[in-house]
Amino acid sequence: MAETAYWEAIRRAHDEEMANDKMVIAMGEDIGVAGGTYKATSGLFDKYGPERIIDTPISENSYTGIGIGASMVGMRPIIEIMSINFALLALDTIVNAAAKIRYMSGGRIACPLVIRTPGGTAHQLAAQHSARLARMFMSTAGLRVVTPRGPVDAYGMLKSAVRCNDPVVIIEHERMYNMKEEMPEEEFFRPLEGAEIVRRGTDITLIGYNYNVHLCLGAADKLAKDGISAEVLDLRSLKPLDRETIRRSVEKTHRVVIAEEDEAPVGVGAEIMAAINEDCFFALDAQPIRVHAADVPVPYNARLEKEAIPDVEDVYQGALKALGKI
Amino acid sequence: MKPEDQKRLLREMIFYRRFEDRCFEAYMERKVGGFLHLYSGQEAVATGVLERAKPGHDYVITGYRDHVHALKSGAPAREVMAELYGKETGSSKGRGGSMHIFDPTVNFMGGYALVGQPFPLAAGLALGAKHRGEGQIAICFLGDGANNQGTFHETMNMASVWNLPVLFVCENNEYAIGTHIDRSTAVRDQYKRVCGYNMEASQHDGMDIDVVMEAASKAIDYVRGESKPYFIEFMTYRFRGHSMSDAKSYRTKEEEAEWEKRDPIKVYSRRLKKAGVISDADIKAMEKEIDDEVENDIIKFAEESPEPKIEDLTRYVLDDNPDPRWIGPLVNEGE
Repeated sequence: MAETAYWEAIRRAHDEEMANDKMVIAMGEDIGVAGGTYKATSGLFDKYGPERIIDTPISENSYTGIGIGASMVGMRPIIEIMSINFALLALDTIVNAAAKIRYMSGGRIACPLVIRTPGGTAHQLAAQHSARLARMFMSTAGLRVVTPRGPVDAYGMLKSAVRCNDPVVIIEHERMYNMKEEMPEEEFFRPLEGAEIVRRGTDITLIGYNYNVHLCLGAADKLAKDGISAEVLDLRSLKPLDRETIRRSVEKTHRVVIAEEDEAPVGVGAEIMAAINEDCFFALDAQPIRVHAADVPVPYNARLEKEAIPDVEDVYQGALKALGKI
Repeated sequence: MKPEDQKRLLREMIFYRRFEDRCFEAYMERKVGGFLHLYSGQEAVATGVLERAKPGHDYVITGYRDHVHALKSGAPAREVMAELYGKETGSSKGRGGSMHIFDPTVNFMGGYALVGQPFPLAAGLALGAKHRGEGQIAICFLGDGANNQGTFHETMNMASVWNLPVLFVCENNEYAIGTHIDRSTAVRDQYKRVCGYNMEASQHDGMDIDVVMEAASKAIDYVRGESKPYFIEFMTYRFRGHSMSDAKSYRTKEEEAEWEKRDPIKVYSRRLKKAGVISDADIKAMEKEIDDEVENDIIKFAEESPEPKIEDLTRYVLDDNPDPRWIGPLVNEGE
């Protein structure tokens, strides 16, 4: 076991998968000579060369499209999009092409590619660098959408995503790249599907994904001091969604809070509330609570930014509400 | 070129025209749904370019006016027609329709409805081909209207910077849906637009298959030999509207009549007759044979084929047989 940062975990997954299969290539802005904005490909340009670690121009839609085209003929590209805001430029190729080619070819052509992109707010990056958009990708049939909460999943899920035959969108988070976790030194894979119970509890279920799993864990600590046992669920995969694990947890605790960094309308929380209503409505002892971002473009000012985005206290307060304590 | 090859090419073009006309009829009979974009008038371009490529080996990709590119690549005509009929035996098992013909067995990598989207996909096919080193080039057919998309500029740049073996074939029919090129585009000559990307380019008559083949040969040799992109523009005209809902109100009868004089089938059949390769009687016999094939084989196959099964609605969204090592699902302890 060794303590590994999130960015190092991603780098290691790239390195191992590229060594394992020469059809694996990486593409993105500044990922090669410059080593990547988040260092996720640092050192790999020297090791694998410019044909496999491809520095792209600032043309998100078309370099993503080139990755998709390459995936159609047996390549396994890992595409880095520097910010999920920029992924909006590539929505045509991601949503209209990658997500639909298998289906509209009657299953005759696959697009096995990985799109990695950080989605979330961090250090006053303001409205055009702070989008989250998980909900948008989550609503697109033909994509897999996963949200690794730490280095172990960041490594193990990227490796699985490279080998899987579907287009996989991996949503990372600016605030997690330096987060550390103990990680086995031998190779391992983490499955792309399935929610994980990261903390067992009996009184309330706190559901998160991506960075906000850590908010749920923080809230669970606070609740424990109040004598309340919270179960924390990391969704891990937003598409497909593991409704079964959600249902089992809610049937056990009867109360639920969903933490999302996205805005609420038509959001991840809304989808999960709908799933709970459909799957285990009669198990609920109280209305489900969503903890979410304010419905505003993310402000620059640090105080306003903090207010716009949920934190541990917000999840804790949401739990108290679900528990009928406030 | 040998006379039998010339006859074959003429036959192919007549066949494509008849195929498209028959699609039109099937559409009017409501046997075919959705949008239908026909290639009539432009046959010399796809036929001539792909005659000089290695269809079945080279990757071919195009927009939504895709039937003839698929057929010339080697996709079975029965399957293309069955796709229009939405049948399980169709090229895309009835999931794609007219605009989304796919046949990876002959490296026909699809028809796409987003104008300009195939530019980057084509460059990606070329990148993959180059990486695998199996000698394919990618050939991307699109109309002049596609060149006003951002993907045109982004892709020309990357194809050039990365030396990708891709041939961009611009079928300039002067109309982007119903808007004339002079009203939508600052430059009429499309091949001039790629000089900003340091790419070789040229412009040719697209109504004469001999001209198309000669120009395509040079361009394809360059792309394959140098492993670099090339942009080739053919001046052509579509005889029908953009799609079935198009009354062609944006162009004059005089203009249409002028272009119809240059009908690629007429141009080529005149030449072959003059050279004594073929007679009017031969052409009549050929047409009869084609009518028979289209009606009694292709349409019959499409009509008689089964529909997709309702229970298969959700197949092909993701890999239907995923490897549990990568997919899982994750099992929580004690669950």
